[in-house]
Amino acid sequence: MNTTTTQPPTPGPETGTERVDLRRGSLPRHFPGVLLASCAAVVAGILLLFGTFGFLLWGLLTAAAYVVISVTASARVEGSRKAKDRLVTSLVYGCFLLAMLPLVSVLWTVLVNGLARFDGYFLTVSMNGVLPSMDAGGAYHAIVGTLMITGMATLISVPIGVMAAVYLVEYAQGRMKRIIMFFVDVMTGIPSIVAGLFVVALWMMLFGPGRTNGAAGAISLTVLMIPVVVRSSEEMLRLVPQDLREASYALGVPKWRTITKVVLPTSAAGLTTGIMLAIARVIGETAPLILTAGTSAISINWNLFDGQMMNLPVFIYSQVRMGGAINYERAWAAALTLILVVMLLFFLARMLGRLFAPKVR
Amino acid sequence: MAKRIDVSGLHVYYGDFLAVADVSMTIEPRSVTAFIGASGCGKSTFLRTLNRMHEVTPSARVEGKVLLDDLDIYGPDVDPVMVRSEVGMVFQKANPFPTMSIYDNVIAGARLNNRRMSKSEADDLVEQSLRGANLWEEVKDRLNRPGSGLSGGQQQRLCIARATAVRPSVLLMDEPCSALDPISTLAIEDLIHQLKEDYTIVIVTHNMHQAARVSDRTAFFNLEAPGKPGKLIEMGETNQIFTRPEKKETENYITGRFG
Repeated sequence: MNTTTTQPPTPGPETGTERVDLRRGSLPRHFPGVLLASCAAVVAGILLLFGTFGFLLWGLLTAAAYVVISVTASARVEGSRKAKDRLVTSLVYGCFLLAMLPLVSVLWTVLVNGLARFDGYFLTVSMNGVLPSMDAGGAYHAIVGTLMITGMATLISVPIGVMAAVYLVEYAQGRMKRIIMFFVDVMTGIPSIVAGLFVVALWMMLFGPGRTNGAAGAISLTVLMIPVVVRSSEEMLRLVPQDLREASYALGVPKWRTITKVVLPTSAAGLTTGIMLAIARVIGETAPLILTAGTSAISINWNLFDGQMMNLPVFIYSQVRMGGAINYERAWAAALTLILVVMLLFFLARMLGRLFAPKVR
Repeated sequence: MAKRIDVSGLHVYYGDFLAVADVSMTIEPRSVTAFIGASGCGKSTFLRTLNRMHEVTPSARVEGKVLLDDLDIYGPDVDPVMVRSEVGMVFQKANPFPTMSIYDNVIAGARLNNRRMSKSEADDLVEQSLRGANLWEEVKDRLNRPGSGLSGGQQQRLCIARATAVRPSVLLMDEPCSALDPISTLAIEDLIHQLKEDYTIVIVTHNMHQAARVSDRTAFFNLEAPGKPGKLIEMGETNQIFTRPEKKETENYITGRFG
């Protein structure tokens, strides 16, 4: 750099002290991995030496040792900015693991405990004629009940919810809209037991005492499901660009056709996901179904409108209430079944979402 | 097929705010009329009143008359939906329907209006419209692909094909080239030249060279100050507007001098 002849603004070019060195020391690329592994090994060794090995203690001490060493080393070699970066990175990873821990733990526990009784027999046999303490019986009647009740709730809630969302997004204006949105929000917060109580009272009024059945359970789930469907569908419909509606209007297409042929298909993927989430939300509801669909059904009941109907959450509840070892096994297996049903639904939602999604290329 | 538009004493309001004041003009059939003027002076708003698209915005309303040939499109028993199938529109941002293929996009107007069509009729309509939009050669092998996979310029021509497939008599274009590169712009301008054989075309543009290139007549809109309503300052033969404008304001705008 021979800047001696040019402008003075760059001060002291001849001394060279003003030159900024862009290079910094850096730790080797594999440093974090190697350090973590060696921390884990050393901590494990020490703990084993003292004979106090425990997974939780091991994990915590390893993490602490890793953070302290990596941050100090980084501060020495790389400077304070990189050191802070490493600290925060470790913190974020740590929080992620912490958040995952209960989830994985729950899944693992359900899997381990549930597999003891989870087999074809359990899935295809009801509790009809089985004494609670017998080594027999299964959850078929509860699976049937769950599918029937949730299915009916879905059939009722989805049209109402989606159409309400269409009304809110495409038609409603001003005060009416605010009022409806307020009540939808309030309904989202209704405790599920209250929904159950409401339906019990309704059935009492309509059909007299003791006449609750599967349909009552479905209606109580509907009360819980509609606001969820409305909210999620509303968000999805708002995501449809105004451009597309205008493009359709400009072709001389009436508003209702624009909604059915352009707006709804464009948001179909999102609507499906929202509906599936709403189903997942209510499929595990227990309280309103204890009140409405009954806790003592033991046989398969395909009729929503006649008699009590067992379902998976209530099955788990009543088995746990009985308290025997075999009952706990059944409860865990039913819990596993319920989780699998929900996972199947999510998988289905993904598939449907991909099917409906607007295609590019 | 092309129709004349006669506007007289048109005011456009958003709620209580007067956005465009007292516009009267005649738009000749089988010609291209360009609207120029600064952003926010109401030319797009005015354009949208020509097929009642402004009604999509809540609180927008209009006073005055717009005659399509002899019919007042704001008459008491006129259906805005029918108006829009007679006066088509192309937007600034190309907006093909993302769920539909190229083919379905072109016949969307007919399909969505539930017009019964045999397969061969539909095929003919699609080919004719795409040829009319100079797009046929580029897409004829991939009609079943989604329209959103095309380039920006192709998408805009697809939108023009979609608008013409409804067989309107007037085509409104709201800055159709402002998001396109020069080559695609040229393609659209060529297309406008061809389309004016059959349609009445109104185009809003920020590009004065474009107005000079494509239009037969030009209308200049301006507003005195922000918050004041936009007004039609001057309208005339494009040649005359760009060479011998009558109003000082027009001259200032065209030559790039303001104030």
